[in-house]
This record gives sequence, structure tokens and C-alpha cells, in this order.
Amino acid sequence: MAVTFLDRSRTVAPENWSRWLIPPAALSIHLAIGQAYAWSVFKTPLEKSMDLSGTLSSVPFQLAIVMLGLSAAVGGTLVERKGPRWAMFVSMTCFSTGFLVAALGAATAQFWLVVLGYGLIGGIGLGIGYISPVSTLIKWFPDRPGMATGIAIMGFGGGALIASPWSTSMLQTFGSTTGGIAAAFLVHGLVYAVFMSLGVFLVRVPREGWRPAGWQPPEKSEKALVTTARVSAANAIRTPQFWCLWIVLCFNVTAGIGILEKAAPMITDFFRHTAVPVGTAAAAGFVALLSLTNMLGRFVWSSTSDLVGRKNIYRLYLGAGAVLYLIIAVAGNTSKLVFVLCAMVILSFYGGGFATVPAYLKDLFGSYQVGAIHGRLLTAWSVAGVLGPMIVDGIADHETALGKQGPDLYTTSFYIMIGLLVVGFIVNEFVRPVHGRYHEPAADSGVAAEKEAA
Amino acid sequence: MNSTRRPWLMTLAWLWVAVPFAYGGYELILKVIQLFGG
Repeated sequence: MAVTFLDRSRTVAPENWSRWLIPPAALSIHLAIGQAYAWSVFKTPLEKSMDLSGTLSSVPFQLAIVMLGLSAAVGGTLVERKGPRWAMFVSMTCFSTGFLVAALGAATAQFWLVVLGYGLIGGIGLGIGYISPVSTLIKWFPDRPGMATGIAIMGFGGGALIASPWSTSMLQTFGSTTGGIAAAFLVHGLVYAVFMSLGVFLVRVPREGWRPAGWQPPEKSEKALVTTARVSAANAIRTPQFWCLWIVLCFNVTAGIGILEKAAPMITDFFRHTAVPVGTAAAAGFVALLSLTNMLGRFVWSSTSDLVGRKNIYRLYLGAGAVLYLIIAVAGNTSKLVFVLCAMVILSFYGGGFATVPAYLKDLFGSYQVGAIHGRLLTAWSVAGVLGPMIVDGIADHETALGKQGPDLYTTSFYIMIGLLVVGFIVNEFVRPVHGRYHEPAADSGVAAEKEAA
Repeated sequence: MNSTRRPWLMTLAWLWVAVPFAYGGYELILKVIQLFGG
């Protein structure tokens, strides 16, 4: 019975189903799983109550991000075949179960259960949930794919804005003991299960041949990169275009994480010996501002890409991003406003890079298996998640050991980020339309459509 | 399930995600004030 309800065939939208019901369905998933960015709220309470080091308390989050990339890559094809409702249900089940297992771990002071629950099981929920609405949104909004995926992926950025104060207030209520953390995890698991169920019930796929009213697909695309052909996920990873985008995404994310991961200590270090030092509360405000632009950039820049084209918007992310890093490196601690504004725009490009990439993939490979292709591309995120912190933390530690302070702790990292962004900019220039030999044969288009609907 | 005959579904769906979002936005503003004014 349940399997039937989750089956793709049961999610085909009836006549007159409004496509504007799909973005809230997608948001209910992404706003929930975006909680991952707020894991730091639990770090200190876990360290104190379970006697853990800072490195160890990061393990659940790090494993969750690794599992996100792996499950998106491995499960992408399955998500395409089973449909968005199945994927959202799996995401909801894994994400909530992860919290419940973590609650058991906290209650019994068994940290390995927290790692297993939040990191491994919950991480699978992150990966499947992240890609679950992408393909469906692109099919509902063929006229504005960048805007549609931007809305959903904005939710992933916004999830931490909700979870951070919510989790904090819960820990204040229940206490930061193992029992209090367990109660907080339990409430998270139950509430997120209810919240995500909206997506499971509401999501629909468009009927075969459905188009937005008054919209006609272009016979031959006016934009050179936009294809009307179909490329399978298996073929996509054999194309140079896929690996060009992999590098572009990886370096754009690395550059953003360079600031995001160390934002609070970075702004404090920068202005420590100036007339305008930044305290803990103000540093939290800086982190909040970066979260805001990270979130808004996902919607604003991705929507803009519908008008100016994907290649051009990545020229902006990578080119202007490199210039902004240069301004920060050169200006140093002369102006707090310049530092904050540059960091905000860089983080908007970071978010924009995430949100625009599904539409870029759709342009190059068509919407046939874009969800599965997107899943494979997200391995670039896993690599960037290690690379960015490794560069910034490693160099800051090294400079500190040499007795340096202030902006000098980060200047070298910023020049490395500039280099990565320039490389990404150049690689983006190599993106060309996918060669016809990778397209699904025209004779198989009917079979392909059946496979897609199966 | 014609959504055009069920405006409540559209309203409920968007409120479902907008209310938590508004809460997050409110908490964000409180923090940002501390950066420049706090």
C-alpha cells in the first residue's frame, strides 16, 4: 500500500494542478535538511557533557556532509527512477531517524550512536533530500529553471537560520546535559518528520507533454549551450563538460567555504588591534549576515541566470569573486564595512553557484536525468568541504606559529582562493555544447520517455 | 485535486514554509543589529 502511494505513477499531477505548489513542497525538504549548517549549536554542549574534543564533536557533521555527496551520487539514478515522492519519503525517514538514533546515543552517553545517527543515517537523508526536488522543479518550470531550483536550494541555505535559534532555545529549555541534548534531538526528529511530510504529500510530477500555459520550447535554442537533446547520467560523466562543471563548482565552493567556515574568528582576528574591534556578539552578527547573503544569492543569482545565461553568471561568480578577494587582501583591516560587504557578496556567489548548477546541467544535458547528473556533480562539494577548511585553517595555524596576527593570518589563503577562482573562470570558458555522440538516440526517445516515467 | 478550486491548499503550503522562515529572519535581524549597533 505504502509503496503504491510513493510510486512515481501515483504522483502524476491531475489537470490544472498548479505548479506553484511544487516550490513549497521542495522547500519543506530543503528548509529541514538545511539544519546541517547549524550543527555547531550542539558542539559545545556535546563536548562538555560527553567529554569530547572539538575535532571529535565535528565528526557527526563531517560524516553527514560526506554522506550527502556520496548518497546524492550513488542514489541519483534511483531518485530519477522512483520519483520525487519516494525520494522525499526516504529523506524524511533517514533524516528523522538519524535524530532519533542520535537522541538514544546522547541519552546513553554513547557518542558512536550520535555519529551513526546524525552522520551516517541522517547524512543519507541529506543527500537524497537535496536532489529530490531538483529534476521535478526543472520539469515544472522549463521556462525558468534557474529560478525554480534557486527557490529550493535557497531553502537549504535558510534552514540554518531557522534551526540555529530554535536549537539554541531548546537546549536552554532542556539543558545542555546528555539528557537535555537527547530531548532536543528527539524533538528535532519528530518535528522535522511532520514538517517534511508536506513535501511527501504535495509533490507531483507533470503529465507527459505538459507545458506552462503559453510557453513553447524553442525549436532550436537561441542560446548556444541550451540543448533540446537528452543525455543520460552514465554518458554525462564521460563528457568534458561534466568535469569542467565539477571543477567550477568545486573551486567556487572552496572559495566560499574559505570565509564561511571561519567567519567568526576571521573577523575578530582581522580587527583585533584596530579602533573598531569585533566582539563575540558582533561576530555572530557577521556570521548571520553571511548566512543571509548565502541564502539570498541562491535565489537572486540563479533567477538572474535565466536572463543572462549560465555561463555568464558563472563568469560573474568566479571573476568578480576573485576581484572581491583581492580587495579584502589589499584593504586588510582598514575598513570593516569594506570587509563585511566583500564577504557578503562572495557568500552570495557561493550560494548562487550551488543554486545555478542544476539549471546549467539542464542546459547542457537536458532534463532527462538531470537529477542523477546533479547527484554525481555534488561529489565536488564533498571535496571542497575538505579543501576549503584545510587551506584556511592550515595556513592560519602556520602563520600563528610564526607569530603573525591580524589580516596576515589569512592573506595567503585569500591569494590561493583568487588563484582557484581564476582557474575556475578559465575552465568555465571551456564549456561547450555536448557532442551529439553522447545524446540518447532519437529512435530511443520513446523508450527514454517510458524509462523516465517508469 | 484541482488547486484552483482549493486556494486553501496553496495558502497552507506557502504558510507552512513561510512561518518558520519568518522566525529565522527575525532572529537574524536581532543578531545583525549587534554587528553594527550592538
